[in-house]
Amino acid sequence: MASADTVSEAPDTAEPARRGGLSAWFNRNGWKQTVIAVPFTWLFLFFFIPFVIVIAMSIAVRTETSPPFSFVGEFPFVNTANTLRLFEDSLYIRAFLTSIWNASIATFLCLLIGYPMALGLTRVSKGWRNILLMLVVLPFWTSFLLRIYAWIGLMGANSWLNRLLTGIYNLVSPDAPLHHIQMMNTNFAVILVTVYCYLPFMVLPLYANLEKLDLTLNEAAMDLGSKPFQVFLDVTLPLSIPGIIAGGLLVFIPASGELVIPILVGTASDPMIGRVISDEFASARDWPMAATVAVALLVLLVGPTMLYNHFEARAQAAAEPKP
Amino acid sequence: MTGQTAGEGRPFIRIEGVTKKFGAFTAVDNVSLDIEKGEFFALLGGSGCGKTTLLRMLAGFETPTAGRVFIDGQDMTTVPPYDRPVNMMFQSYALFPHMTVEKNIGYGLKHEKISVAERQERVRSILDLVQLTPFAGRKPHQISGGQRQRVALARALVKQPKLLLLDEPLGALDKKLREHTQFELANIQYKLGITFVVVTHDQEEAMTLASRIAVMDKGVVRQIGTASGVYEFPNSKFVAGFIGSINMFEGRISGVADGLATVEVPELATSMKARADRPFATGSAITVAVRPEKISIARSAPPEGTPNVLAGVVQDLGYFGKDSLYRVKLDGGTILSVNSVNSRRGLEHERVAEWEDRVWLQFEPSSAILLQE
Amino acid sequence: MNRKPVFLYSCLCFGFAFFYVPILSMIFFSFNKSRLATVWGGFSIEWYGKLFANAQILKAALLSLEIALLSATLATILGTMAGLALSRFRRFRGRTLFSGFVTAPLIMPEVITGISMLMMFILMAEWIGWPGSRGFTTITLAHITFSMTYVTTVVQSRLSSMDVSIEEAAMDLGSRPWQVLKDITLPVISPAILSGWLLAFTISLDDVVISSFVSGPGTTTLPILIWSKVKLGVTPDINALAAIIVTVVAVCVAIAGVVMYRQEQRRERDVQMALRANN
Repeated sequence: MASADTVSEAPDTAEPARRGGLSAWFNRNGWKQTVIAVPFTWLFLFFFIPFVIVIAMSIAVRTETSPPFSFVGEFPFVNTANTLRLFEDSLYIRAFLTSIWNASIATFLCLLIGYPMALGLTRVSKGWRNILLMLVVLPFWTSFLLRIYAWIGLMGANSWLNRLLTGIYNLVSPDAPLHHIQMMNTNFAVILVTVYCYLPFMVLPLYANLEKLDLTLNEAAMDLGSKPFQVFLDVTLPLSIPGIIAGGLLVFIPASGELVIPILVGTASDPMIGRVISDEFASARDWPMAATVAVALLVLLVGPTMLYNHFEARAQAAAEPKP
Repeated sequence: MTGQTAGEGRPFIRIEGVTKKFGAFTAVDNVSLDIEKGEFFALLGGSGCGKTTLLRMLAGFETPTAGRVFIDGQDMTTVPPYDRPVNMMFQSYALFPHMTVEKNIGYGLKHEKISVAERQERVRSILDLVQLTPFAGRKPHQISGGQRQRVALARALVKQPKLLLLDEPLGALDKKLREHTQFELANIQYKLGITFVVVTHDQEEAMTLASRIAVMDKGVVRQIGTASGVYEFPNSKFVAGFIGSINMFEGRISGVADGLATVEVPELATSMKARADRPFATGSAITVAVRPEKISIARSAPPEGTPNVLAGVVQDLGYFGKDSLYRVKLDGGTILSVNSVNSRRGLEHERVAEWEDRVWLQFEPSSAILLQE
Repeated sequence: MNRKPVFLYSCLCFGFAFFYVPILSMIFFSFNKSRLATVWGGFSIEWYGKLFANAQILKAALLSLEIALLSATLATILGTMAGLALSRFRRFRGRTLFSGFVTAPLIMPEVITGISMLMMFILMAEWIGWPGSRGFTTITLAHITFSMTYVTTVVQSRLSSMDVSIEEAAMDLGSRPWQVLKDITLPVISPAILSGWLLAFTISLDDVVISSFVSGPGTTTLPILIWSKVKLGVTPDINALAAIIVTVVAVCVAIAGVVMYRQEQRRERDVQMALRANN
């Protein structure tokens, strides 16, 4: 190396240059750009652009061409007819209400079943706890469709469960005996299966939250005169609110946009919003309307999502050690 | 056991043959002790000695496997914590993070049948006592460690318990704050006259705070006594070694005369004289123990005939300002610790002894402790 | 204090019964002789035989596995890079947008993800002629995109809980950034990367909504096949398929659990021994 070069270059760049090859290339900070750029580009291409397409599609006009849309050629280039239809046609409002209703009830039921389960998990011995946690996660690793399928089998008119429930019903009110209880293709079925499929999403964050709670706080409350249930109300419940919110949103958000469950066990007369989007797109070939409903659903989910992020950020801040 | 119960009538707290087992592990092994009303009692011991388990049995968080616990004459062995006239200050303070200082302190009064006005008044006066009135509206994470400690104390005191339990009350504080808080705690206890039982692994804490100390080891109480009682008159090598530092020599009694025992110490090839406060059999094995600060150090030999003189070379010394610690290697090879107060002002070269100096050590027969177990 | 929380334990029992009665019932009826999947007609394993003779199901299963392996691997690489970028580079241009890209797919309803990708693929085919037909490639691309963000989340949370000072220590001892990544960071987060891969793999293997949007005629993954069969009602061969899947998953999870338990035991023993050595 010429002496002039040695003077002009910082000493630390001389060494990697001598080592050469891959490591030198990374050391010249190129690796930082690579690590950022590759996933960024990917998400830009395959997530962001489709997202923009949906937004753009929602202000387009449906046509009989292929692809079946075109944009308004003159100012302000926006077709508001789709958005107006959203409020005029009761189908959409009903679908939204059904979705919110079903998702809310399912979330509430998940909380009702999941909270005592999560609390119970923190109270069993360590060996049992690992086994039981695994049993909570296990259904998640099996197929989503097959979990729905399991309930289709149980809810059918001839199933043992249906016959059992019908028998009990007829025993309790023998005046008007039923042949079977109609469970399949009802809103009840949608809620039941939603609870079944999303219960782990409630139990796990709640467990993570409850497990972190300091049990000496319970002892302190008890020491100060509170009986166990009072301790739960005063200490455990308020401190688990972040877990309740996290679990609740993890159930509510996917449940409100659910497509598979309502199609398999719900009624066509009372569709949820996911099904409306899918039908507009596939059956009616109305891309702009499907996009409009999709955008409306996203707007609806912005609130809960921001709430979730807020609480996540707070939980993270609380987890970090104080200086 | 040397329980110094000055008992007329029944003691305020009586722990009677209490044993606690966790599976195969015995945390507390057949412990009996009495605590008087208004006492500041310390349970002192290393980790795993059973002191915390004993405290938790007083609070009601653990039920003894065997034995009984009486508080103020009532059998409390199986009474749940919320029905006991006992409150606890937790080691971690266990402040409710979602409640303000004021709510934390007032929490325990919710369950007492008193008027809202009285409740507020009691919270207010206890806030005053621990000097936290300006912080009443803050949450626990917005105040300092020392303030948190005082909230925990106030929260337990506001219930006016018959017995206050303190689990390592100063453990989480830094050194300066500890010293200050020690005296504050002692003051509050004196003012309110509530019986305090404190658990600690820190002997200094136990000695400054408590009127009596129970030294525990492996689930057993080894000695009960006042601070100077357990320090100056330990009843076993364990207690002598656990509290403060001490020099010990193994030997054999060769004779007792005029209340002075003569002990042959083979490792030093000499004999020592020690005050015998109880009868000893000639020829029995014995340990002579001397605290480092009871030994004097000098560069010249003391006059002929002075008892307990040992000669050696300074191997190491540590200067701590108010005093210095010498490690002296005796001629027989044994190393002795000597603590000497720096009563005169001076720089390094003016010290009593330097590295490699030949020195003479001496202690009074009355300063030596004779230990059999 | 030492009382058992009976109420909580009964809730646990109820919860697990709720989880497992449907699954066990489904497995039970896979051994049903009767053609009616919900009425018991005697013991038989003929549906398992029929299942293995069904070339359509085997082909779909194979396709699903191929897609899952490929998409999980690529998603893990991309997701790990994104996790590194977000947790190790505090500031770079477009960071907020980037972290938005990573979290948004997680909460996007599947229907919308599916439709938006399908619209894009159709428009791309229209405008630039690629992809000519939808199938293996489009499904894999879609799966990579939405499962990589799960990997990012897992890796990122492991990275942010990792002690940064060990990276600094390595740098202090003379390692270049790239060597620190290779010698310190990646080994420490490797369990997170592995669980991220498993998550991506399962999500891909299980996905029906997005796949059914972006797949074309002729590319039928296993979930799409099950979907079309389930829409027609309950048939015993699906029960048999379900029984096989549940058994395989349960065995895998049990093995993973035992391995993890052993490791933890060993770690605890080591800690105990270290403590004893100190005393």
